[in-house]
Amino acid sequence: MVATLHIDGAAYSVKEGQNLLQACLSLGFNLPYFCWHPAMHSVGACRQCAVKQFKDEKDTRGKIIMSCMTPATEGMRISIEDPEARAFRAGVIEALMVNHPHDCPVCDEGGECHLQDMTVMTGHVCRRARVRKRTHRNQDMGPFVNHEMNRCIACYRCVRYYRELAGGRDLDVFGWHHHVYFGRQVDGPLESEFSGNLVEVCPTGVFTDKTLKGHYARKWDLQTAPSVCVHCSLGCNTIPGERYGELRRVRNRFNEEVNGYFLCDRGRYGYEYENSDLRLRHPLRLGAEGPRPIPSAEAVSYVAGLLRNGGRVLGIGSPRASLEGNFALRALVGAGRFFIGWPERERALVTTALRLLREGAIRTPCLREVREADAALALGEDVSNTAPMLAFALRQCAMQRKIKVAAAFGIAPWDSDAVRLVGQDEKSPIFIATPCGTRLDDIATRLWRAAPEEIARLGFAVAKALDPDAPEVPDLSDEAKSSARDIAAALREAERPVVVSGTGAGSPAVLEAAGAVAAALRRLGRNVQLSLVLPECNSAGAALLGGGSLAGALSEVRKGQVDTLIILENDLYRRLNAEAADALLAGVKHLMVLDHLANATTARAEVALPCATFAESEGTLVSQEGRAQRFFAVHPARGEVRESWRWLREIGMAAGQSEMAAWQTTDDLIQTLSQEPGLSGVKEAAPGREFRAAGQKIPRQPHRYSGRTAMGADVSVHEPPPPEDRDSPLAFSMEGYQGQPPAALVPRYWAPGWNSDHALNKFQGEVGGAVRGGPAGVRLIEPAADAPARYAAEIPPPFQPAEGQWLVVALHHVFGSEELSAHTPGVAQLAPRPYLGLSPEDAQRCGVGEGDPVELAVGSSVQQLPARIIPGLPRGLLGLPAGLAGVKVVELPAGGRVRSVTGGPP
Amino acid sequence: MFSLFKGLWIVLRHAFVKRVTVEYPEKKPVLPPRCRGRIILSRDPDGGERCVACHLCSAVCPVACIALQAAEDAHGRRYPKFFRINFSRCIFCGLCEEACPTYAIQLTPGVEMGEYKRQHLVYEKEDLLISGVGKYPGYNFYRVAGLQIEGKDKGAAENEQPPVDVRDLMP
Amino acid sequence: MSDTARSLVTIFAVLLGALTLAGGFIWVERRLLALFQERWGPNRLGPLGLFQGVADMIKIFMKEDWVPPFADKPVFVLAPMLIMVTTLASLAIIAFAPGLVVADLNIGVLFFLAMSSLGVYSVALAGWASNSKYALLGGMRAVAQMLSYEVFMGLSLMGVVMMAGSFRLTDIVAAQKSLWFCIPQLPGLAVFFIAGVAETHRSPLDLPEAENELVAGYHTEYSGMKFALFLLGEYVGMTVVSAMIVTLFFGGWAGPLLPPVVWFLVKTLFLMCLFIWLRASFPRPRYDQLMLFGWKVLLPVSLLNLAVTGAVLLVRGA
Repeated sequence: MVATLHIDGAAYSVKEGQNLLQACLSLGFNLPYFCWHPAMHSVGACRQCAVKQFKDEKDTRGKIIMSCMTPATEGMRISIEDPEARAFRAGVIEALMVNHPHDCPVCDEGGECHLQDMTVMTGHVCRRARVRKRTHRNQDMGPFVNHEMNRCIACYRCVRYYRELAGGRDLDVFGWHHHVYFGRQVDGPLESEFSGNLVEVCPTGVFTDKTLKGHYARKWDLQTAPSVCVHCSLGCNTIPGERYGELRRVRNRFNEEVNGYFLCDRGRYGYEYENSDLRLRHPLRLGAEGPRPIPSAEAVSYVAGLLRNGGRVLGIGSPRASLEGNFALRALVGAGRFFIGWPERERALVTTALRLLREGAIRTPCLREVREADAALALGEDVSNTAPMLAFALRQCAMQRKIKVAAAFGIAPWDSDAVRLVGQDEKSPIFIATPCGTRLDDIATRLWRAAPEEIARLGFAVAKALDPDAPEVPDLSDEAKSSARDIAAALREAERPVVVSGTGAGSPAVLEAAGAVAAALRRLGRNVQLSLVLPECNSAGAALLGGGSLAGALSEVRKGQVDTLIILENDLYRRLNAEAADALLAGVKHLMVLDHLANATTARAEVALPCATFAESEGTLVSQEGRAQRFFAVHPARGEVRESWRWLREIGMAAGQSEMAAWQTTDDLIQTLSQEPGLSGVKEAAPGREFRAAGQKIPRQPHRYSGRTAMGADVSVHEPPPPEDRDSPLAFSMEGYQGQPPAALVPRYWAPGWNSDHALNKFQGEVGGAVRGGPAGVRLIEPAADAPARYAAEIPPPFQPAEGQWLVVALHHVFGSEELSAHTPGVAQLAPRPYLGLSPEDAQRCGVGEGDPVELAVGSSVQQLPARIIPGLPRGLLGLPAGLAGVKVVELPAGGRVRSVTGGPP
Repeated sequence: MFSLFKGLWIVLRHAFVKRVTVEYPEKKPVLPPRCRGRIILSRDPDGGERCVACHLCSAVCPVACIALQAAEDAHGRRYPKFFRINFSRCIFCGLCEEACPTYAIQLTPGVEMGEYKRQHLVYEKEDLLISGVGKYPGYNFYRVAGLQIEGKDKGAAENEQPPVDVRDLMP
Repeated sequence: MSDTARSLVTIFAVLLGALTLAGGFIWVERRLLALFQERWGPNRLGPLGLFQGVADMIKIFMKEDWVPPFADKPVFVLAPMLIMVTTLASLAIIAFAPGLVVADLNIGVLFFLAMSSLGVYSVALAGWASNSKYALLGGMRAVAQMLSYEVFMGLSLMGVVMMAGSFRLTDIVAAQKSLWFCIPQLPGLAVFFIAGVAETHRSPLDLPEAENELVAGYHTEYSGMKFALFLLGEYVGMTVVSAMIVTLFFGGWAGPLLPPVVWFLVKTLFLMCLFIWLRASFPRPRYDQLMLFGWKVLLPVSLLNLAVTGAVLLVRGA
């Protein structure tokens, strides 16, 4: 419904019922605000967005209203520029500034501060108050968020975000009147894995980025480029910033379809591995005295020599490397001799997930669709740890019910206080079935803790309860039957249910069960969607590219078919247990590894080549949604570091593969790559290198970028020309098109008068909606329209805890389980210490207390770990943290044995 | 017509008055204190570095000849880890001094900075930092800022109340 | 000594003298301007800064011989040569002293007028060949200005020619034995002097190179030696005009005690200093004012002068 709104005498068309603030901002007016946020909507607390409303044309007096709390109606007359309204707004700012400290020069928010912007916008320049400023003591909030409470203007955004959106419990507001205090009860790290968003949510410098503080640079000094997070499979959009050749921080890049306004802490703070001392900077050749640096040309010609002399070569790619890197390796070694570097079980899981999405009739949702779903079933996947932003989306999904309830009372969805009041404890039905407790449990309608097979069986039972045609689950317990009936009843009620599962439980049956539930709902005519979490940032891309697993590579090696092994951005010692990895590497004569960081695999490499990280190269990642997204180099790679595909191309050319010579730029490679089946959309992920905005490239540096003629002057006073970027339409310069580029190329948010990230308002068609200039990224997977919803035939038998035999399952951790982010000091600090999880009953039975050392044997791998008692873990299950440094790699779930080191055998 | 000749006469007369040129190397002119010459970094009256590494001077510099990196000591006081001015680019416009919120960066009347090598015109913090307050005595940014640093607790700055006790129930 | 050798020696003496004078005069001009403006001027290099000109020359020789890529190269190179050739050629007819003249032509005055007209080509071609808007505008102005002032320049001299009864400069000098023509031909002198300033486009009538509106006019794109030729051409032109005024109105080499050449040089230098004095004193007129002044004031004055001279001569002769 369109309404005509008269603003200062001119007529505009706006969405009827939308709040005036959002409408005015969408129309491009500069109206100050604090407590309102596009993702948190209106509470009308700060009184900053006052405008004047008139009854009709004749009314000249009007009345002051809060625009964020007033819906737009047909024929409404308001004035933004009215002197009284202006004075009101200036008065509010002046009052807020009474206690704001004289800190801007030493405040990390300075230069991108919403409070600064709004103060300038209202015209307040001089503090007339003669009272003394109130002060507060700060708290230590852990490694990510810095707290400076003096600066607070009490807008309440932080607690609204933290408690309502992110589901955190440990940040709250204390005290009263102008003494209100936003903090924790006691000092300590913030518990929520979404705490980093406080930095962006806070309109001033109360919460600032602590990792940035360690190597501070102002927003105007950061070289930035659009990028994609590499720390999980969701592919959240980010804007990393660089200064002096070092990555300084990561900010959110708004993508309405994916992450929206927020990021998880792993994505926001995991970037510091890029600056790690472990980075490889030169090609290394392993000699008798260990690795020594060699010139690039020597490294290339040496490896090319191995390939040229009839050497039988094998390539192992990586699900954390870009499509381009993997494709280049496949082209170098040949499709038959290319293996993705994942264990066989992971390959089976990812291909199962992909088969469900590509061949089934059910669409995989983007995160926005998950946020808007009205019921959810999470089967087997602890999304709060493996894909945190999906958990965040599920939290929004839980709130949908409140909005629905409020709508019945005629309350607009943006009236967030009223919605919360009317909604009370209402929440959308969300069912979570996992082996262990998750941080989403508080929003769950029902929880189910069981072994992966039991979860799969529950899923099949739900399918059966929904659709009588579904296969019968044999030997189902009464409890499971009733649970399945309840879940089915709730899902049947929903209009847009979403089924969430993933590879985290390590069981293909769980995935099949999730597919079965979705298929059953589909048969009932529900608009159901299926979201499957994958292990790594490019797992989907690697699977689309095809190629065997490490098991295939190992068998080739065992056959003695391999002289040279090339490993791309993959630490095999994280994939296989040490013996298996040793066996694989020992079986080849020559080993070449390309990676960013030194690790156990590069340590054994005859030649190790330093390759560029996500921040130094351009590439494409395919998220679990099947969305191909391009990340762009934030800064040029230093020294001899270069993109992995460029290394491979040079080696290929030196070895006589002339077709690789055509790959001059990333675009050329993408052109070849997009001829592969299923990957034709890749080249649409972002505009190619020829793209120009108004005839110009898009500058990575803001127009205020400083120190160009001094930053390198300590080395030489003669300034080198800025590095040229031949791969993309972006430039390593401050010259170029300063307007708004297409969404996939937006390097930063800035608009005149809007220095903070709220400048995003000016980039969106409608504030809170999609960024102008087309979608960022392209979906490669869409369901076949007429594909039938089918059920898997095989239903696993029930899990029986056996005496002396345990089922060891992987427990994922948002901090620590992912390889690269673990190199960030803050992430390492918050990562758990190695442990073995037991249920309280089992622990009691075995006489094991918290922290007692226990010995775990899985197959031939034996390790000693301290015990941790995990309430809610089903009996007979052991939880082993996945991917954690200090825990031996075993393929999970698997049967295992434990022995208490202090006590006797349990 | 007559005015033309009058003009000629006036000009001719000027040929016989005292010269205004100061013959520089032999005779040094006295430069006013606000003359914009060599840039220095000053210290506050307590002897601490005034520069808080806010990056405003580098942002305002029209030739982008100032580069610095902020750092923080163990007690929260900000300072520049390095501070570099490339004087071969500097145009001595004085905008950095104008932008400086702490009176740290100041232009002084020193003008004799010529070098035979351009590289020698790159000044680091050691070359810039002086031991006095320069043109602005008495000002210390941290006495007015709310930030807590060594020797100044929360609420101890000018015009500040002692920190709020959140657990206090008094109105 | 044969006639050829004698004229060769004369040519070299005149060339050397005129070029040295012109070159040295750059220093004189800078010192004089400084004097008028209460400064010192170049006083560092050599005694009184006399070697400043040498230093400038060394600098200008070292400059890259550069032609802008957008210029019309042959014409661009030709233009500065032309101005040197025409101004130096004018020097040939000037009688510095009895017997010290390269070519004592019987149409000496006409030759001078012809050569100064040819000089227009240099400026016009420079403006055109530079292929830039400022240069072109400067060239256009120069052509219009020089062609206009050429007319009065010629006419203003005719009074002198009528009184001397010859175009030969030695004859004209001889005719001033009793009375310098500056007395009876005062209006002619005034017109010729103003036209001379305009012809050499010296300040205040330097509109073709008005730096505040046309950067440097027709020689905006010139640098190095080619620019130096224009600069030198201007100073040689100034010397020639001054020498002509001395010859035609101030009795040439005539004077008591001192040798004739010295008298001639003293008078010429004085007139050249007058050029500089003018430059130090007057602002530049507007372009239309310059043209109006020429056609509406100078032309009638010179015509009237011509008529009155003719009438007086006629009455006297009768």
